[in-house]
Amino acid sequence: MKIFKIIFKNGLRHKLRTILTVLGIMIAVTAFGFLRTVVTAWNAGVSASASNRMITHHSVSIIFTLPIAYRDQILKIPGVSAISYANWFGGVYKDASDFKNFFPRIAVDPETFFDLYPEFGLSSGEREAFMKDRNACVVGHKLAEEHGFKIGDIINIEGDIYPGTWEFVVRGIYQGRDATVDETQMLFQWKYLDERIGQLQQGRQGEVGWYVLSVKNPADLAPVSKTVDDMYFNSRASTKTETEKEWQQSFVSMSSAILTSLTVISYVIIGIILLVLSNTIIMATRERIREYAVLKTLGFTRGHIIGLIGGESMLIAVVGGVLGLFLTFPMAGAFAKAFPTWFPIVVVEPLTIVLAFGAALFAGLIAALFPAMKITRMNIVDGLRTIG
Amino acid sequence: MSLVAIKNISKSYWRDSLEIPVLRNISFDIPEGEFLALMGPSGSGKTTLLNLIAGIDRPTTGSIVIGGTDIGGLGETALAQWRSRIMGFIFQFYNLLPVLTAFENVELPLLLTKLSSKERRDHVEFALKIVGLEERMRHYPKQLSGGQEQRVAIARAIVTDPTILVADEPTGDLDKVSAEEIMKLLDRLNSEFKKTIIMVTHDPRAAERAHLVRHLDKGELS
Ligand SMILES: Nc1ncnc2c1ncn2[C@@H]1O[C@H](COP(=O)(O)OP(=O)(O)O)[C@@H](O)[C@H]1O
Ligand SMILES: [Mg+2]
Repeated sequence: MKIFKIIFKNGLRHKLRTILTVLGIMIAVTAFGFLRTVVTAWNAGVSASASNRMITHHSVSIIFTLPIAYRDQILKIPGVSAISYANWFGGVYKDASDFKNFFPRIAVDPETFFDLYPEFGLSSGEREAFMKDRNACVVGHKLAEEHGFKIGDIINIEGDIYPGTWEFVVRGIYQGRDATVDETQMLFQWKYLDERIGQLQQGRQGEVGWYVLSVKNPADLAPVSKTVDDMYFNSRASTKTETEKEWQQSFVSMSSAILTSLTVISYVIIGIILLVLSNTIIMATRERIREYAVLKTLGFTRGHIIGLIGGESMLIAVVGGVLGLFLTFPMAGAFAKAFPTWFPIVVVEPLTIVLAFGAALFAGLIAALFPAMKITRMNIVDGLRTIG
Repeated sequence: MSLVAIKNISKSYWRDSLEIPVLRNISFDIPEGEFLALMGPSGSGKTTLLNLIAGIDRPTTGSIVIGGTDIGGLGETALAQWRSRIMGFIFQFYNLLPVLTAFENVELPLLLTKLSSKERRDHVEFALKIVGLEERMRHYPKQLSGGQEQRVAIARAIVTDPTILVADEPTGDLDKVSAEEIMKLLDRLNSEFKKTIIMVTHDPRAAERAHLVRHLDKGELS
C-alpha cells in the first residue's frame, strides 16, 4: 500500500459525492473550453489578417462600388507593391434556409488574388485551370467536403445583387496554410461577373467592390492609406483605406459586448469549479478530523497530511478536467457543424486547453489549501477529542 | 535509570483568559518493562497525563525524559518521528481508518519506514498473528466486532516494535469477554515481548492485570 492508495480510497469513500463533484468540474471545464473556443472562432477572421495588407473600399459603405480604373492609379503610388480586387456576389444556393448553403461567394481577379493571399494554397495546375475557363471557380477544402464538390462539378447560384442564374464549374479546391484560413469560400473570376452583368445591365460594368493592396513595409501602411484617400477625396467615388485588421474588426466590433460577456462568463466558470471542489474537500476533511489526528499521532507529518488532502483534491480536479476537455472537442465540432459558414474557423486552441485544464488544477490546489492548513495546524489532542 | 522520568509537570488549559489547571506538579518514574495502570475518576486528568507521556501534547511546565530523550526539546517533525519509533498507541474507540482493511490499517505506521513491501507484509502478518486475526486481514473495520477491531488496533500499535505502549481505556467500549481477551493480550505483550505498558483505565478488573496502579485525583498523583 502506498499513500496514493489511501488518497484513492478516501476519494471513493462517498462515491456519489465524488462522482457529482467530478461531473460538476467536467461540465464547468467543458463550458469554459467551449466558450473560449466560440470567442476565438469569432475573432478568428481578425487574428488571421495579414499585417501587410490594406483594403480600399467606398468611403460611405461597402455596398457602393469603386471604378476599376482606380487599380492602375493606386498601383503607381509609392509603397504599394501589389493590388487585387474583388466583389461580393451574394446569391442563393439551393435551399436558403439551410445554414450550410450560406457560404461566401466572391468574384476575384485570378491573376493576382493568390499572390496577395499566399495563405490560400492552390496547386499551380488548378490555378491555371481557374484562369482558363471564364466560369471557373475554386472552393475551399472544407466547403468542398461539406457539399461533396469535386473538380468538374457544376454549381448553380441564383443571383440577387447580380440578377440571373449563374453557372460555375469547379476547377480547384484550395487548402488553408493553417487552421486560421477560412476554407468555406467560393471564388470565381471577376471578369465573368463583369462581362455577364455588362450584357444584362449596361453601366454596371467596371465596378469593383473593394481593392486589396499590399505594401512591402508595414511603415508604409499609414502614408499609403492617406495618399489613396486624399487622391479620391473629391471624386465621385471617394475611398476609405484601412488595414485588413481594422476592416475585419469593423465586422466583429458590433458584437464586442457579447464577446466581452462570454469572456467574463468563462472566468466566472473558474470560480464555480473552485466552489464545487472546495465544498467537497471541506466536507471530506471535516468528517475525517479524528482520522487525521490519528495519522499525526502515528507519526505522519505535515507533508503527509498536505499530500493526502491535496492529492484527493487534485485527483478529483484532474479527472474532472480531463473528462471536461474530452467533451470540449465534440462540443466545438457540433458547433462548427451547426454554423459552418458563420464560424468557418472553429479550433480548440492549445491555449484554451491549457487554460481550461489549468483552471481545474488551480481549483484543485486552492480547494485543498485551507482545509490542509487547518488540519496541519490542529492539535492532535483536540483532533482526537472530536466526535465523528 | 528508569525508562520514563517525569519531573514537576503541570498542565493547564485556558478558556478565554481563565486558566484551568488539569495536572499539578506531578513527578514519577516508570522503569523499563513496567505494566502501569493509571486510575482515577472521570475528568481527573488521566488522558491528559497519558498524552503528555506519549508526546502528542506538551506540558505547561516541567520535563519528560524518555529513554534519555527530553521530548520537550524536540520540534514538531522530530517529535512525530520519535513517536513513530518509540510509541505504540491504543485508543478506547480503536480509531481504525474505515476505508482501509485490517491489513492496511496495521501497515499504516510502516509506510513511514524504509521497509520494502515484502518486509512490511511480513511484519503486518506477524503482528496480526500475535493478536490472532491473521484470518481477517482482508476485512474492513465495519466487518469486525469491537473486540476484533481493538485487536487490529493493538496489531497496529506493535507492528513497528515500539518500546512503550500507551493505552487509553482500551476495554472501555467492550463487553466483559472481549475486554478479558484484550487484557490477556496486553499481559502477554508485557511478559513475552517485554513492552512497557502505560494504561489508563477505570475498570478495576483491567487494573488487576497491571503490576503497578497509580491513582490520579484532581490533577494530583497519589
Ligand atoms: N483541550 C482541552 N481544553 C479545555 N479543557 C480540557 C481539554 N482537554 C481536557 N480538558 C479538561 O481537562 C480535564 C481532564 O481531562 P482528561 O485528561 O480527559 O480526564 P480523564 O481522562 O481523566 O477523564 C477535564 O476537566 C477536561 O474537561
Ligand atoms: Mg480520558
